[in-house]
Amino acid sequence: MRLPSFLPALLAGLVLLAHSAAGFAAVLPEDRADVLYHRYQGGGVTIHGPSVLVRKKFGDRFSVAANYYMDMVSSASIDVQLSASRYEEERKQKSLTVDFLHNKTTYSAGVIDSRETDYVADTAFFSLSQDMFGDLTTVTLTYKRGWNDVFRNVKLADGSKVRDDTFAEGVDTRGYAVGLTQVLTRNLIMSLNYEVITDEGFLNSPYRSVRYADPAAPLGFSFEREVYPNTHTSNAASARLKYFLPYRATLDGSYRFFTDTWGVDAHTVDLTYTHPAWRRWIFDGRLRYYRQTAADFYSDLFPRQQFANFLARDKELSTFNSYTIGFGATYEFTIPRVRWVQKSTVSARIDHLTINYDDFRDARATDPANGILAGEEPLYKLNANIFQLFVSIWF
Amino acid sequence: MRAIRVLFAAGLALAAAACTPIEPWVKPYEREHLADPIMAFSRDPVSAAYLDHVFEAREAARGASGSAGGGCGCN
Repeated sequence: MRLPSFLPALLAGLVLLAHSAAGFAAVLPEDRADVLYHRYQGGGVTIHGPSVLVRKKFGDRFSVAANYYMDMVSSASIDVQLSASRYEEERKQKSLTVDFLHNKTTYSAGVIDSRETDYVADTAFFSLSQDMFGDLTTVTLTYKRGWNDVFRNVKLADGSKVRDDTFAEGVDTRGYAVGLTQVLTRNLIMSLNYEVITDEGFLNSPYRSVRYADPAAPLGFSFEREVYPNTHTSNAASARLKYFLPYRATLDGSYRFFTDTWGVDAHTVDLTYTHPAWRRWIFDGRLRYYRQTAADFYSDLFPRQQFANFLARDKELSTFNSYTIGFGATYEFTIPRVRWVQKSTVSARIDHLTINYDDFRDARATDPANGILAGEEPLYKLNANIFQLFVSIWF
Repeated sequence: MRAIRVLFAAGLALAAAACTPIEPWVKPYEREHLADPIMAFSRDPVSAAYLDHVFEAREAARGASGSAGGGCGCN
């Protein structure tokens, strides 16, 4: 693990700054509960399930948030169609966060537990958030640590899946983040974030394969297991501005730069317009653009077997750009005769995601008899719809 | 010598400024728009966390989103 040499000094300086600055008392988040249904559909994959988030204050100093999240996956993605068979699985994630407020400082600690049959991820985090300069500035420092166990399932003759007892690997993750939120004017607020995440262990998939040119094979290519480096460190920096327009509406813009030790550079630009209307409605429109370069060890078609020490054909490590266009609507309603509910809303949101891959080809289209040779197939394109429906209450 | 005096004076001025409390340039009574729920960076945390997860599972980039995040299990 290698961290930028200035990071410890920067963190120490910010901690000192946070503890010496003058300001007013911070506030804990509002008590609220959300029940959400989510559905992702695209590229032969359907993922849906619930998410429930409850946040409650205890006294003036403590706030506890609990989240239960579930993914029910049915996958016949391009990777699965090429080298495996359709599968179904579930992922359940539980998290608990405790916030403690002391004067102008909020201390937060939490745990996240994510489980599926072949992957168990446990994460713990601690963050310190300090309001200063008359509440115009908030500095947040976060440290997180993750312990992941990677397993492999095998399919039996009767179609059932069992865990392969001969395979068990681990991944250790550490994350360091610094955030600054700054009120710039009475209508403009800014947020700056920087995060380093480093992983060590078994970082590739135990299922995914790469393809290599094989003149002896009928389609002109064969498969072998992917191999990734066992360390990975990424740096991400983002800037976000939110502006209250001359009428009651907001414009929210952000940019993030990402770079990692695998050679991936990425840029994300995100723009959201929020417009309340007719007293009870709030509408959102969102545009998001993302592009990245490929990892150094990525190739759609390697020239031969065992071409390099590290081999990847995961499309998430290829060169691509993506566009997301989204629309959301929130309606505020009242629940008659329930006095402990201060406010209640129902929201619906749909986002359409398009990913254009620059060097990931649709290998299902290989057809040497008709002149479509390995490495000359059309480039793959993913279209997906992301749907959310949720009810929120404040109490 | 003159340059040293100027630097010394500038240093003194900076030191004095560092000891003076910074006056909030947006007064509490001017924060009506900032307090409006539509100005919150994450108006619906459960929805924002879900969308972050959707993107993180399909892109190499991660981090600096302002949330803690958890294990993805995206293999």
